[in-house]
Amino acid sequence: MQYQTQNIAKTYWLGALLIFAVQVSFGLVGGLIYIMPNLLPVEYFPFNMVRMIHTNALIVWLLLGFFGAAYYLVPEESEREIYSPKLAYIQFAIFFLGGLSAVVGYLFHIYADHARSYLEQPLWIKLGIIVAALIFLFNISMTVLQGRKTAITNVLLLGLWGIAVFFLFSLYVPHNTSEDKMFWWYVVHLWVEGTWELVMASVLAFLMLKITGVDREVIEKWLYIIIATALFSGILGTGHHYYWIGAPGYWQWIGSVFSSLEVVPFFGMMIFCFAMAWKGRRDHPNKAAMIWSLGCSVLAFFGAGVWGFLHTLHGVNFYTHGTQVTAAHGHLAFYGAYVCLNLAIMTYAFPYLFNRAPYNQILNIASFWITSAGVVFMTVSLTFAGVLQSHLERVQGLSYMDAQDQIGLFYLLRFGGGAVTVLGALLFIASLLLMPRTKTAPVAGAVPAAAE
Amino acid sequence: MGKVDRDRLPHHCRMNAADTPAPVATADSDWGPLSALPGHPLMWVLIGSELAVFGLALLGYAGARARDPLGFALAQDNLDRLAGVANTALLLASGFFAALANRAAHAGEAAPARGWLAAAALLGLGFLGVKGFEYSGEIAAGHDIDSSPFFTLYFLVTGFHALHVVLGLIILGIVARLATPAAVETGTAFWHMVDLIWLVVFPCLYLMR
Repeated sequence: MQYQTQNIAKTYWLGALLIFAVQVSFGLVGGLIYIMPNLLPVEYFPFNMVRMIHTNALIVWLLLGFFGAAYYLVPEESEREIYSPKLAYIQFAIFFLGGLSAVVGYLFHIYADHARSYLEQPLWIKLGIIVAALIFLFNISMTVLQGRKTAITNVLLLGLWGIAVFFLFSLYVPHNTSEDKMFWWYVVHLWVEGTWELVMASVLAFLMLKITGVDREVIEKWLYIIIATALFSGILGTGHHYYWIGAPGYWQWIGSVFSSLEVVPFFGMMIFCFAMAWKGRRDHPNKAAMIWSLGCSVLAFFGAGVWGFLHTLHGVNFYTHGTQVTAAHGHLAFYGAYVCLNLAIMTYAFPYLFNRAPYNQILNIASFWITSAGVVFMTVSLTFAGVLQSHLERVQGLSYMDAQDQIGLFYLLRFGGGAVTVLGALLFIASLLLMPRTKTAPVAGAVPAAAE
Repeated sequence: MGKVDRDRLPHHCRMNAADTPAPVATADSDWGPLSALPGHPLMWVLIGSELAVFGLALLGYAGARARDPLGFALAQDNLDRLAGVANTALLLASGFFAALANRAAHAGEAAPARGWLAAAALLGLGFLGVKGFEYSGEIAAGHDIDSSPFFTLYFLVTGFHALHVVLGLIILGIVARLATPAAVETGTAFWHMVDLIWLVVFPCLYLMR
């Protein structure tokens, strides 16, 4: 670790890992309710609440992870300490307590009563999130502005500012259901298929720069191409959510055409990571970080790109909308693109943050394969469930619950995949936290900064 | 790809050794296959993306038309073919002027380059004028973006193209201000793409029966 303030990332990432554990545990509970609806007392574990915790906790910990990544990589890129470590910890306290109290509040049925997935937080928590975001942006922007400006920090800042700006639409809840959905997607879609992709591309670029040692100029060019295609396809790609919400019919064409191209940036990121890995001659000791990075790009390509394309054309979506096909896509896309990204940068940075040589490599790599296998198995099970459900409901005309009865087997399989995923997640957390006692000499000198 | 890599082999070996300072990047190297293209490589990323979008839209048009050939043929009769031909001529001539601007800029003649760019832009404005005239007639006749599958696609594709003409005019303005060979080459590359897309859109939407 070259800069003292990179230590801030520790706090964020430890908080993120805690909520990660909560998130996957509630996912397992949700999967259990699907197969045994009456096992758990419904007054304590209503499905909507369990689902809400599963999805909200996901967003909270991924954002904590992004914040941590920013606090870790910005000092190295800007070649200076974070502007105000104190503000960074205040921001953590607000965001972490806000996120945690939202999740705990859900247990007691405290949430905003409009049905907007991911945005169920009460207003005061949303305001807290905005305050935390403002502190964060101020802190990071000041650091970047005063230091060296690189393509990686520019793209990261663009992404982080975008995340904050689009979150503001969560405050606007129009009475009209169509408008409500339209603005809801401004947050949800323009996050995961816009601004978050910028964060993903810049963090991957940082990881490739550090792990492979490939020339910065080469990496920056890839980065520019990736974000150009991401923004080009992602912004109007929002149209693929407007097919059936009451928006004008031409959105079916806009959404289909642009969102078909959303696979391009993910394909680009995958080719980028493998090209850099192949090109780089540096034998970086942290193999696990490399595997998470490569895995991230591949699983994001399949989860976000391919599984997204599967049901993005309006003619297909007419049949699959709101079925388990969406759930399949959601799981692999979030896991591949954003979970793996966070776990990759954590795997890379933890040894530096705690002054250890890369440790628990075998356990960490095993956790990659176990978690990924679990998620992929879930995804495949849910895809079969969704295809069958589409046919039963939309072709044969069965009612929703009659169709559900027919696809129970796949929910059982999904639960198995989910259990494996939770196991993998816990192994991952263990691989980071159970570190060897021996500290290494100052790591900054031992692993030179990439050839730049 | 192979040739570029061979040329840069020593460079690579050097930069991958962690203990040596990195080489300074040279202008248009490192862009791989994009390096060989005229103008800024990122412009070609944009051009590729645009071609993909219009290509997909026309593919969608072909699919929709195949399902309702009669409806499409009847709707298509409402278009003003003459205006379409006039616009094709305008854009082709405009593209020619843009090419002359590019040649002048490369010869180091900034003033003539600006003049040709202005001529190209003027014809671009003419295109927008004709398009606006067409739209007003069609809307007056009761057609709009929701009135039929044909007109949905017609307004989407031509409207999206017209937006690119507007963007192209802005780009031509910017590169005329700079008037460097690299800038003019990049700007006219975009303008030629707008031109090219119209040459595909026009027969598909107006002429094909």
